[in-house]
Amino acid sequence: MIRVVLPPHLRTLARVGRELELQVDEPVTTGSILDALEAIYPMLRGTIRDHVTKQRRPFIRFFACGQDLSHQPPDAPLPEDVVTGTETFMIVGAIAGG
Amino acid sequence: MSSVRVLVGTRKGAFILTSDGKRKKWDVSGPHFAGWEMYHLNGSPADPNRLYASQSTGWHGQIIQRSNDGGQTWEPVDNKFVYEGETSTHQWYDGTQHPWEFKRVWRLEPSLTDPDTVYAGVEDAALFRSTDGGQSWQELPGLRSAKGNLWQPGAGGMCLHTIILDPTNPDRIFIAISAAGAFRSDDAGQTWKPINSGLKIQYELPDPAAEVGYCVHCLAMHPSRPGVLFMQKHWDVMRSDDAGESWHEISGNLPSDFGFPIAVHAHEPETVYVVPIKSDLEHFPPDGKLRVYRSRKGGEEWEALTKGLPQSDCYVNVLRTAMAVDTLESCGVYFGTTGGQVYASADSGDNWTPIVRDLPAVLSVEVQTLK
Repeated sequence: MIRVVLPPHLRTLARVGRELELQVDEPVTTGSILDALEAIYPMLRGTIRDHVTKQRRPFIRFFACGQDLSHQPPDAPLPEDVVTGTETFMIVGAIAGG
Repeated sequence: MSSVRVLVGTRKGAFILTSDGKRKKWDVSGPHFAGWEMYHLNGSPADPNRLYASQSTGWHGQIIQRSNDGGQTWEPVDNKFVYEGETSTHQWYDGTQHPWEFKRVWRLEPSLTDPDTVYAGVEDAALFRSTDGGQSWQELPGLRSAKGNLWQPGAGGMCLHTIILDPTNPDRIFIAISAAGAFRSDDAGQTWKPINSGLKIQYELPDPAAEVGYCVHCLAMHPSRPGVLFMQKHWDVMRSDDAGESWHEISGNLPSDFGFPIAVHAHEPETVYVVPIKSDLEHFPPDGKLRVYRSRKGGEEWEALTKGLPQSDCYVNVLRTAMAVDTLESCGVYFGTTGGQVYASADSGDNWTPIVRDLPAVLSVEVQTLK
């Protein structure tokens, strides 16, 4: 199972806790995780990536295994520790402002 | 017994204020959607328990929430607002062309007769409609054909902030956009015409007879006289007696004719309310005195309403969607401020009391009168 961490606003929107588990078919990529996430939680559509273009929203970042994966192509394979569920895939609302 | 439900959208959540018909004691519920910007909440005239709410943040974009029980519980519905057709362009601040980009929903206006039909006014300016309770949205693209390439954003963005449905003619809709102007459809939103004749822009527009390019801040109409419209423009308070075909100024003796909201008394179609603001550079009341101005003659002659409102050192603003009236026998008037106060008057504006004092900045106020 893939372990996904959502930012606080999306936890309240989807009515879930900090971390959730998803069944994602391989290859596990950012795109396939978001496809699975949005299929189960349709209220999250448009809140992480654009409805139409599937582009990541500007203030959203993706992190896993100590790496910033935000700028990887959405079909790039994710680290093995994410695939095995050892590490979480973190969706983060970037800090903006002061 | 009648009661009142006030729907308040703020920078950091929504609040629902309820009272009986006396409007002396209030219950405050909230924050709902804590931490989110709530640009607008509105109830269906056909089913007062059906509410719609516009929820957004810069991180996650737009959400639409729906309630079927008067705001006790909510469910997110569709948030996909996609413009019809090829991406067209409008004028940017510097006069160059800029592609239409969806940013947020400013206004939700439920149908007068069908709880599942609701209109959404959005930034960048366009009108969307749902006929399935918000489960899907379709643009009415004819609006952007009304010289949309010449529309330009105001300082707050190019927002469609006012939607008025004519209660006597289901095909007639009025909308207003900052800073494009007012528009009317007579065929249920398929085609639109600018209705800005008579509006003045002293120095901004090179063509004084331009059909679009006017910074209309708010429109109001009394349901018994749908041909009479009142307008708070960037500067100038205006009136039309022919459904927007022509406008004339009614600012009269106002201390400033700059402002944002405008409202009409529930039972007196010639009684109008505005909140003068000092200027477009100084978004606070003149002289630090928060005063609602009321005209009982449809404009020109205005009286200051001050009882219960701060008359010194007050530097809040009242935004364009933040004033509303109830329809009880003694008409209630309500407005919210950027300082987080929601003021209410149960006697047509003669006396005011804060319902709440310390909310986040108030973006919108709507009132439901419940039988």
